[in-house]
Amino acid sequence: MNEAVPAGGFWLGARQRLSANPRALVALAVLVLLALLALCAPLLSPWSYDGIDWQHLARPPGLTAAHWLGTDRLGRDLLVRTLAGVRLSLLISALATALSLVIGLLWGAVAGFCGGRLDGWMMRFVDVLYALPYLFVVIILTTLFPRGRITVLLVALGAVGWLTTARMVRAQTRALRRREFIEAARAGGLSPGAILLRHVLPNVLGPVAVYATLIVPQMILSESFLSFLGLGVQEPHASLGNLIYGGTQEMESAPWMLLVPALFLVVLLTCLNLLGDALRDALDPRER
Amino acid sequence: MPSIHASAEGEGAQAPLLSLAGLSVGFDTRRGRVMAAAGITLGVHRGECLGVLGESGAGKTQVFLAVMGLLGPGGFATGSVRFAGQELLGQGAAALDRLRGAAIGMVFQDPMTSLTPHLPVGAQLVEVLRRHHAIDRREARARALALLTRVQLSDPARRFGQCPHELSGGMRQRVMIALALSGEPRLLIADEPTSSLDVTVQAQILALLKDLQRERGMAMVFISHDLGALAGVADRVAVLRAGSLIECGTATAVLKAPRELYTRSLVRQAALLAGGLPPQGVAGLTPPAHAGAALALEAVSVRFVVRRGALARALPLIALHEASFALAAGGSLGIVGESGGGKSTLARAALRLIEPCAGRVLWMGHDALALAPQELRRRRRDLQIIFQDPYGSLDPRMTVAEIVAEPLRVHAAGLDSLARRQAVHALLARLGLPGELAARYPHELSGGQCQRVALARAMILEPRVLVCDEPLSALDLPTQEQIVSLLVQLRQESGLGLLFISHNLALVQRLCERVLVLYLGRMMELAPSARLFAAARHPYSRELLAAIPSPDPQLQPQRLAHVALGEPPSPLTPPRGCVYHPRCPHAQALCRERVPAWEPAGEGVEVACHRWRELA
Amino acid sequence: MRKLALRRIAAMGVTLLVIVTLSFAIIRLAPGGPFDQEQALSPAVRANLERLYGLDQPLPVQYLHYLRALAHGDFGPSLRQRDFTVRELLAQGLPLSATLGLIALVAAVLGGVSAGIAAALWRTAGADVGFATASALAIALPGFVTGPLLALVFGLHLHWLPVAGWEADAPRYLVLPVLTLALPVAAYLARLTRASLLEVLRSPFVRSARARGLGAVRVLWRHALPPALLPVVSYLGPAAAYIITGSLVVESVFALPGSGRFLVQGAIDRDYPLVMGMVVVYAALTLLLNLAADLACGWLDPGSRHE
Repeated sequence: MNEAVPAGGFWLGARQRLSANPRALVALAVLVLLALLALCAPLLSPWSYDGIDWQHLARPPGLTAAHWLGTDRLGRDLLVRTLAGVRLSLLISALATALSLVIGLLWGAVAGFCGGRLDGWMMRFVDVLYALPYLFVVIILTTLFPRGRITVLLVALGAVGWLTTARMVRAQTRALRRREFIEAARAGGLSPGAILLRHVLPNVLGPVAVYATLIVPQMILSESFLSFLGLGVQEPHASLGNLIYGGTQEMESAPWMLLVPALFLVVLLTCLNLLGDALRDALDPRER
Repeated sequence: MPSIHASAEGEGAQAPLLSLAGLSVGFDTRRGRVMAAAGITLGVHRGECLGVLGESGAGKTQVFLAVMGLLGPGGFATGSVRFAGQELLGQGAAALDRLRGAAIGMVFQDPMTSLTPHLPVGAQLVEVLRRHHAIDRREARARALALLTRVQLSDPARRFGQCPHELSGGMRQRVMIALALSGEPRLLIADEPTSSLDVTVQAQILALLKDLQRERGMAMVFISHDLGALAGVADRVAVLRAGSLIECGTATAVLKAPRELYTRSLVRQAALLAGGLPPQGVAGLTPPAHAGAALALEAVSVRFVVRRGALARALPLIALHEASFALAAGGSLGIVGESGGGKSTLARAALRLIEPCAGRVLWMGHDALALAPQELRRRRRDLQIIFQDPYGSLDPRMTVAEIVAEPLRVHAAGLDSLARRQAVHALLARLGLPGELAARYPHELSGGQCQRVALARAMILEPRVLVCDEPLSALDLPTQEQIVSLLVQLRQESGLGLLFISHNLALVQRLCERVLVLYLGRMMELAPSARLFAAARHPYSRELLAAIPSPDPQLQPQRLAHVALGEPPSPLTPPRGCVYHPRCPHAQALCRERVPAWEPAGEGVEVACHRWRELA
Repeated sequence: MRKLALRRIAAMGVTLLVIVTLSFAIIRLAPGGPFDQEQALSPAVRANLERLYGLDQPLPVQYLHYLRALAHGDFGPSLRQRDFTVRELLAQGLPLSATLGLIALVAAVLGGVSAGIAAALWRTAGADVGFATASALAIALPGFVTGPLLALVFGLHLHWLPVAGWEADAPRYLVLPVLTLALPVAAYLARLTRASLLEVLRSPFVRSARARGLGAVRVLWRHALPPALLPVVSYLGPAAAYIITGSLVVESVFALPGSGRFLVQGAIDRDYPLVMGMVVVYAALTLLLNLAADLACGWLDPGSRHE
C-alpha cells in the first residue's frame, strides 16, 4: 500500500468507479426516464388509469392509433395504466425499503454494540421471526385486513424485511466492536454513545446502502407477486402484478396485454439489479 | 546494472542445477502491464543453499513462482529458466506437472492457508506419495508416517488423521515440508517458511530445514526478508530490490562485508535490531526526582470464559495470572513472550480495556478499577495505546486530521476549531508527516504512515504513559527503524513512560530499561534489560534469547544446531506446578508439583523458578 | 456436532410453536367467524353449534384441543368449502405440488452447478459477459412473467407443449412449470458456484497442491470443489423455500391442481382454517428443509465441526 491514491477518499473513489461503468450509467438513465414518465403521465396523457374509451375496446398497440400501447378489454389505455403501475410499485417498494432499513439499522446496531444478554434476546426474537416463511406472513397479514389497503401492504412488506437488515447490521457491528480503532476510541475516553454514533454507524452505513440496492427490487417483486395472486393492489387500481395477471387471462387473443406490463417490469427490475451490482462493485474497492 | 553471474567464485566446472538468465516476470492487469522483476540472472548448485534476501514487494516470490510455472492470472515470464539442462519456460502443463514435486519442491509462507483445509493431513501426504511413486496405499501410509516423524512432528500417528486447522502453526509448517519432500525433489524452494511463526518455533524449523538439506544433498532456495534467518542456513546470498538483483555472493561476503549501499543498510538495521549495537541513550534516562509510579499493577488476573458449543460447559481460561509491576514516571518496561502468552491481555488490563477479575490497577496512584465511568473516561487521557495493525487502528471513514483531533474534542472541549487544527498540524510535523496528509484517508497511506498517525492520536494530549502493543511487527525493517527512533525521541523530549510489548527481544532491549518475561500469562522473570541479556536467570528467558536469530553467518548455524524442541501448551489446560516445566530442560519433581514463588534474585532481578540459584 | 443439531432442532420446534399459536389466534380471533356469513341464527341454534365445534370452551382449552388435533393431522374443517376438511383438501393437492417442487429443485441444482463450473473453467471475454447477462436476466424475471411468456412461446405459437392444465401420468404438463420454477434458482446457483470456484481456485492451498505435482483435474475434483460447493449447500435451504413459494404462482399460471392453489384461494376467500393449516404445513416443510441444509453444511465444513 505504498502507492498514493488520489486524495478525496472513499466516497469520491466510489463515485468515480461508478461513472466509469457504462452499464450502470445506462441503467441509471433508463430508471430516471421511467420514473419521470411515471410521475408525469397523468399530466401528459388525456386518459386516466381507469378512464374507459368505448370506441376502442381491446385494441392492439400502434404508433398511429389513439392509444399507443393499446387498450385492455375494458377500453382502458394500457400505457397510462402501466405507468401508473410503475408509479405504485416504485412508491410502495421505496417506502417499504425505508421502513425496513430504519428499523433494522437501529435494532441491529443496538444489539451488536451492547452485546451480552440484550443482544441475545434481541437476536433470538429476530431468529424466530426470521424462520417464519416471509411470504406466508405477508399472506396472513393481507388475509386478516381488508384487501387493497396500501398501508397494510406496506406494513406487511416492511415489517418482515427489517429482519435481514437487523441481522446484517448486527454482524457488522459486532465485527467492528473488535476492531482496534474502536478500542482506541475507548482508550481515548469516548462514551459508548459517542462511539456508536461517530464510529460505528458511519462504518455500517456503507454495507447497509449496498444492501438497500438489493431490497428495492425484492420489494417490487414481492408486491407484484401479491398483486398477481390477487392479494395486493386491487382493481381498478393498476399494479404491474395485477396487470400481468389480467394479461395472462387474455394471452391467446390479446398478447399485448401481457407483454406490455411484463416488459416494463423486466426493464425496471433489470435496471435496478444492474445499478445495484455496479453500486456494490463501486463501494468495494478490491479489484475483481 | 551489470549482470552478476552466480558462479563468480571460480566454481566454473560444475554447471548449476537451476539457472535463471535474464528472467523477467510481469502481470497484465486492468491498468496495464506491471513488472514484478526484471533481468534476474542467478544459479543454484547441487547441495548448496541460496538465500534470497529482500523487502516485501521486491519480487522474490514471483520470480520463483515463475520457475514453478505457478504465476497467478495475467502473469507472464520471459527470459530463460533451466533446470538440469532443461528449459522450463514455455513448457506445457503436463510436463510441468511431472517436474513439480518430483524434481522441484516448494514450501510456502503461510501454512494455514497453504494446506487444503478439508482433507486430513495424512490423506494429503498419501496422495502426493502415490502420485510420485508407484506404491500401494499401505506402503504410502507407512512412508507418510516415516516422513512426519522425520520432520519432527509430535505424535504423528494421531496427527495423521487430523485436519490442518487442528494443528498449530509450527506443526502445519512441518507438514508442508513433509509434503514438499515426498516427491524427493532435487531442489527445494522455501518461500518465507518461518515468517509467520513464533521465534522459538522459527529456530526449530530452520534447524530442521538445514538438516534435511544436508541429509538429502538437496539444493535449496531460501527466500526471506529476515537476515537472521538467512544467516543460519544460506551458503550464498542474492539480494533483490524492487525487482532487480542488487548483489550476489557467499553468505559471509554479503552479510559481513556487503558491497552495495542498499545491502549495507539492510545489514546494519538487522544488526541494530538484534542487539548488535548498544542501546542509544535510553538506558541513561534518569526518572524525574519525585517519581511515583505512573502505572502499577498488583496481582492482576484476567479470566475469560470459553464455551465450546452453546450447551457445553463453560471453561475458564486464565489469560493472565497475578501480574504485578510498577512503571515509574518516565521509565520504560518491555513485555516479552510467545504469542498467546498473555502480553496483549496485560496491556489491555493495564488500561482497563478489559476488566481484570482480581488485583488492583493504579494510575498515577489512583485505583483505576474503582473509578466511576465519567471519571474513568476523564483519566484515560493520561494513558494511551498504539496497536499492531496500523490500518485497523484508524477509522477508515475519517480523515487523518479528524482522527488526530478527536481526543482534543473529547478532553479539551474549550479549544475552537482553529486551535485544534493548529495543534494537529504541529504534531504531525513533529512526527515527520507532511502537512497534506491531514486530508487523506487511512487506506491512502502506507503502513508506516498509519502507525505515525496512530502515534499522533495517542500523543496529542501529552499522556504520561504510552502502551505499545506489538506496533512494529507488521512493518518493513526500514520503517521499523524510523518508528523506533521516533519513540526514543519522544521519550527523551517529554519524559514519556513506555510499556512496550513485543515478541522481538532485541527490539525490547533497545527501547526498555526493564523487561518482563511472560509465559502462559504467568510472570517468569523481571529484570533490567542489560542484566537479562547478559545473564538471564529463568530457563524460559534463556530459551527466548537463544532463539533470536543472529545475522552473523558465522555464528548462527551453530546456534541453530542447539535448538530445543517443544510447543506451548494450551492455555485451557495449563500444566500443574510451574507452567513451564514440560519444556524446561532443568525440570525436577518439585517443578511438576509446586508453583514457584516470585522472589528477588539480586541486582534488580525478580524471578519465579525453583532452581534459579543452581542454574546461575 | 450433535449439540449443534439438537440446538437447531429445538429452535425449529420453538418457531413451529410460534406459527401454530399464531395460526390458532388468527382462526379464533379474526373477524368473520364461521357463522356470520349465513342468515342470522337463533341464539339457541348458535349455542348448539358452538358447543359442537367446541367454541364455548375457554380459550386456553381450545388452544390445547387445537394442538392435539394438529398432532393428529387434523386441521379442522374448511370454512368456505363446507364439504371438506382442510386435511382432505391438502391431501388432494400436496402430492402434485411435492412432485413439482422436488423435480424443480433437482433440475435447478444439477443444471445450475454444472453451468457454474463450466463458466468458471472456460473463461473468455465473450463467455463471461454472456454468462453474466443471461444469469442476471434469469434471476430478475419473476415466475409470473416467465411462466406466461414460456406458455405463450412454446404453447400457443410452437404448439410443442400444453399451455396449462394437468393430466395424470402425462409428464409433458410438468415441463413448463418445472422450467419456470427452476430457472431463477438454477441461475443463482450457477453464479454462486462460479464465483465460489473462482475464489477457491485462486487460494494458496490450490497453488500449493499444484506445486506438489498433482494434476489439474485431480486438484479441481478433490481439493477445489468441496470447499467451493459449501455456499451452494448452504443455499439449498433458501432455494427450497423459494421453490415452495414460487409454486404458488406456477400452479396459478399453469392451472395445476396443487395445494398452492388452495392457499391462494383460501386467502382470497378469507378461509382462515384452510390458510393457516396450509401455512403450518408449508412452514414445517420449509423449516425442515432449512434444518437439513444447515446440518449438511455443518457436517461438511470441517472448521465448524470442531467448534
